[in-house]
Amino acid sequence: MQYIDFSQDYFNLFGLIRCYRLDSAELEVQFRALQAQVHPDKSAHLSDAGKRLAMQRSTLVNEAYQTLKSPIRRARYLLSLHGVDTQEETNTVMPVDFLMAQMDLREAVEAALQERDLSALDLQAAQLKADTRKLEAELAEQIDTVQDYQVAAGLVRKLRFMEKLAEEIASAYDELDN
Amino acid sequence: MALLQISEPGLSTAPHQHRLAVGIDLGTTNSLVATVRNGISVVLNDENGRAMLPSVVRYTSEVVVGEIAQAAQSEDPVNTIVSVKRFMGRSLADVGDTSRLPYRFVDTGSMLQLRTVAGVKSPVEASAEILKVLRLRAEASLGGELVGAVITVPAYFDDAQRQATKDAAKLAGINVLRLLNEPTAAAIAYGLDNASEGVYAVYDLGGGTFDISILRLSRGVFEVLSANGDSALGGDDFDQRIHCWLLEKNQLSVLNPQDTRLLLTLARSAKEQLTEHSEARITAVLSSGEIIDNVLSRADFQEMSTNLIQRTLQLMRRALRDARLGVDEVKGVVMVGGATRMPQVQHAVGEFFGQTPLTNLDPDKVVALGAAIQANLLAGNQSRDDWLLLDVIPLSLGLETMGGLVEKIIPRNSTIPTARAQEFTTYKDGQTAMSLHVLQGERELVSDCRSLAKFELRGIPPMVAGAARIRVTFQVDADGLLNVAAREMASGVEAAIVVKPSYGLSDAEITRMLQDSTQHAQDDMQARAHREQQTEANQLLDAVQNALDQDGSLLSESQRSEIESRMTALKETLTLIDHLAIKRAVTALNDATVSFAQARMDKSVKRVLAGMNISDLEIK
Repeated sequence: MQYIDFSQDYFNLFGLIRCYRLDSAELEVQFRALQAQVHPDKSAHLSDAGKRLAMQRSTLVNEAYQTLKSPIRRARYLLSLHGVDTQEETNTVMPVDFLMAQMDLREAVEAALQERDLSALDLQAAQLKADTRKLEAELAEQIDTVQDYQVAAGLVRKLRFMEKLAEEIASAYDELDN
Repeated sequence: MALLQISEPGLSTAPHQHRLAVGIDLGTTNSLVATVRNGISVVLNDENGRAMLPSVVRYTSEVVVGEIAQAAQSEDPVNTIVSVKRFMGRSLADVGDTSRLPYRFVDTGSMLQLRTVAGVKSPVEASAEILKVLRLRAEASLGGELVGAVITVPAYFDDAQRQATKDAAKLAGINVLRLLNEPTAAAIAYGLDNASEGVYAVYDLGGGTFDISILRLSRGVFEVLSANGDSALGGDDFDQRIHCWLLEKNQLSVLNPQDTRLLLTLARSAKEQLTEHSEARITAVLSSGEIIDNVLSRADFQEMSTNLIQRTLQLMRRALRDARLGVDEVKGVVMVGGATRMPQVQHAVGEFFGQTPLTNLDPDKVVALGAAIQANLLAGNQSRDDWLLLDVIPLSLGLETMGGLVEKIIPRNSTIPTARAQEFTTYKDGQTAMSLHVLQGERELVSDCRSLAKFELRGIPPMVAGAARIRVTFQVDADGLLNVAAREMASGVEAAIVVKPSYGLSDAEITRMLQDSTQHAQDDMQARAHREQQTEANQLLDAVQNALDQDGSLLSESQRSEIESRMTALKETLTLIDHLAIKRAVTALNDATVSFAQARMDKSVKRVLAGMNISDLEIK
């Protein structure tokens, strides 16, 4: 069974360079290769001890993969490696124009739901996706190139807003379905 | 335990010996058992050549399972339990309207029970009777004792339903290699047969459950992207629609259990006839002497079942949204479950995806066939060409917080095994205990989610409000079963539970039931147990020694000497014939190394989720 050093960071675990811009295809290849060795299905015929160890290793590999795969979680993790807390729950000071734009988006989603207007909801979802991509590009710039982690932390806080909006859009779709 | 560094399989079986393993599809309507023989997955038939065992258990002076029990269901509905799967891990309140069911329910507050002539029986015991028949069929057919079995469950089964299924298997004397989601099992049967690549949707409409899984198949990997479903929607509901139509047509109100069962049976066969024919005639004589004679057209049946099918398509859309995929990205749609034979189901699914669904494997058998293939792999028989299965949990897991709200700890569709920790704090000065309420579901309110367990962390040192740091860890294993542990970080006070107090049976209960029901060849068992215990003990000793060499510095003096003294004690038991003594010493050493293992994990895994909110927990 594959030995895993639990103390290394997630990038190292998958043999990747520690940065925000990430080759997601390579991440997936490495994840599958590692999981193929540690997954509990490989030790189902072993003793309880072997099974438990496999579960812990496989859990770690899953957690590491999910963290690096998600742009917001990857940013949060990278910043924590640089000793920067993103303060998403405590730091609520946001630029006024950003907050105004967020409120408008939220109202638009609410209106689409009220009027049961699926195409309006599709439009909001597409807009949000584009805005999110743009923000992620800025984040890549700040973390990998400029290396201003405080500015990057501010961008993560913005991304968190957008993630919540995405959740609202998802539940609006569910509601329109009912 | 966690410290082992195993380099080779640890069972005392010879390396090239084929280990007997089976896959079992424990269905609402029918159950099957399959195995891999000469590299090919085959369903094992009974002595009369029948593959499907009706999931019907009749309690009389003896227990009867299968066709004979099924034949008695109209004459003895109260003692003949059909579709018991619908009751697994369910309370009477969960089941809802029981007026049309012929059973005498016992409301226990937790999992319901049924009063029969043979006494009060739980759904776990009834399911175990079905599993026992399949185990005996497999052992007779394969000529030996099983190493273990993969048992399938609906992907949308929650923790209580999964735990109940595992308990039933234990009670039937089966070593569970893995609980496997039914759609995933079907995908294995299809994927490995057809060497498929790409995204596949599995539409699984069984007798009592509906599942939808979206999987990505690539060389050697089955990755479940999302799962959705309804664990109380299936072919039975289509029977119910016909049943209601009959009541309405004949202006009948309340029927006795015999008549209800009779009409339901006729409704089912009418449904099956409508697969081949454009109409079905239903005739019956009720116990009152009243005569039923109606003709149901396929068009009318389609009409009355539209809502049911729409509901499945709605869940399908959700699954696709969760997987972030469009309908056009799905390469193939696999149909599973006998209820997918209904033409209106195939038509609706075909229209939804804009392609003809795959039905080349028998929808009744495909789950068992896939489960057998996975069982063969897990038993260690598949040395080459193995594959990796990455499954998910279907429902979010969380904790109750202030105001009756649920805070999600592990979101749905997380790849398993998975673990998450969340920190909470006290909200009153001097608070020394905290109660934790574990829930499963997607809704925000506690009252809308399924309550899995409640437990308490006691002995928190008195501090000002907000100073304590209570870390709650959720661990979901590869069977999709949850373990929860809570720990106050400053003092190290701990509490942990396996989440099964309200629905599952305790290990002691299962042991007692086993002793009640089976007679074993004691001597053989003891000799084997002794060998196995010795092997396990030696492995554990090696592993602990390795861990001490590597990470001994993580331990305090007293912890280290405790572990070392238990190692010595274990070594001494190895010379004894008493395998239970070895087992006790192994357990003692395992227990002593739990916190060491945790320390080795913690040393590294900074699982503190960045930017976590410190929420207050309600104290009771």
